[in-house]
Amino acid sequence: MPERTPGQTVGPFFHYALPYDGDRELMPVGTGIRLHGIVYDGAGEPVPDALLEIRQADAAGVVPQVPGSLLRNGVFTGWGRSSTDLAGEYWFSTVEPGSVDGGAPFFAVTVFARGLLDRLFTRIYLPNPPADRLLASLDHEDQARMIATREKDGSLRFDLHLQGDNQSIFLTYPGHQ
Amino acid sequence: MNETAAPLPTQAQISAEIAAAPSGRSEPALGFAPYRSSLLRFPTKDLRQADPEGAELLAPVFGQHDVDPLEADLTIQAGGEPLGERILLTGRVLDGDGRPVRHQLVEIWQANASGRYIHQRDQHPAPIDPNFTGVGRCLTDADGNYSFTTIKPGPYPWQNHRNAWRPAHVHFSLFGTDFTQRLVTQMYFPGDQLFALDPIYQSITDPAARERLVATYEHDLSQHEWLLGYRWDIVLTGSHATPLEGEDHA
Repeated sequence: MPERTPGQTVGPFFHYALPYDGDRELMPVGTGIRLHGIVYDGAGEPVPDALLEIRQADAAGVVPQVPGSLLRNGVFTGWGRSSTDLAGEYWFSTVEPGSVDGGAPFFAVTVFARGLLDRLFTRIYLPNPPADRLLASLDHEDQARMIATREKDGSLRFDLHLQGDNQSIFLTYPGHQ
Repeated sequence: MNETAAPLPTQAQISAEIAAAPSGRSEPALGFAPYRSSLLRFPTKDLRQADPEGAELLAPVFGQHDVDPLEADLTIQAGGEPLGERILLTGRVLDGDGRPVRHQLVEIWQANASGRYIHQRDQHPAPIDPNFTGVGRCLTDADGNYSFTTIKPGPYPWQNHRNAWRPAHVHFSLFGTDFTQRLVTQMYFPGDQLFALDPIYQSITDPAARERLVATYEHDLSQHEWLLGYRWDIVLTGSHATPLEGEDHA
């Protein structure tokens, strides 16, 4: 078995390389829902140099495997990328994922930031999730930390806390061992 | 970003902290105090074990729509030849079971030969090269190979501590076949005198593991009167597919 290549921080200078026009618009703005939130550090300060990527099913619960995830050409590819702004906010224009194989619907998320030495993974569950193995393994407070909140305007709000009392839940997978 | 007014630590202080760190970590320690920016940005609670499901099982798909083959040559993106040592960077992207990651996106970004990024936050008083953006993309081929023509980046100073210099490096962004294999890392050049001093490189405290971030100079990749060749293979984490299933995914 080949030995794995370690990660390194995305650093401070990714903004001219990784973001691209329309990177956070899995659906044209105004046609889908808005998923948004603020990334905070351990002092409760917003993180203006983070980058999030999401991977998700479409509304019917199908995870698209179609090329074009950078350009899209009007195709829903189920992947997007959003850097945070000066106030630490990210946003995506997308659809709410449907249930895949009966599981609770979620957005799969990767987090990068200056100061973060390796990527982090998490999930953002839709409000009022059905029974789910991962959520069932968490206490009530930690469950709430993985579920988006419905805002009055219909958008989904999910803040990320990299550290602190309210730290988000970050995941590791069997393939990482 | 919360820059404190306290005097910057010296290299000797940072080096002492690096030397005192627990050894043997083959992944970067998320909280690594010698890299000061990490202090408030790493989770202190344990990561939770999850079985991948749904969207986690499938990486995003990129294709010929997305990437112009010319984006793999960082020396032809502007009107003229960039300054510096022209180099070839090539290698294979493999998953944790040794299978090639085929037709998948590779993104790179880097400083120019003088150690300057085209980024408004880079205030290092070294010249910007009007003929070099330092951004490239390509898709791996059917054997998982990637290849970029670029310029060897220069080392550059940063604010972590006094007289802090990053070893020359190229940032790499990689996808596998599973979403959970996502990797962003940095590739370094052999023999760099700054390795021992750099808290980002040294955040991987197993020497063999961090040396996997260093490319090798390979003379057969160099081209007569044209460029110098470096090879760097990348191994992602394991995927959920068994080896047999993986062979069927042509």
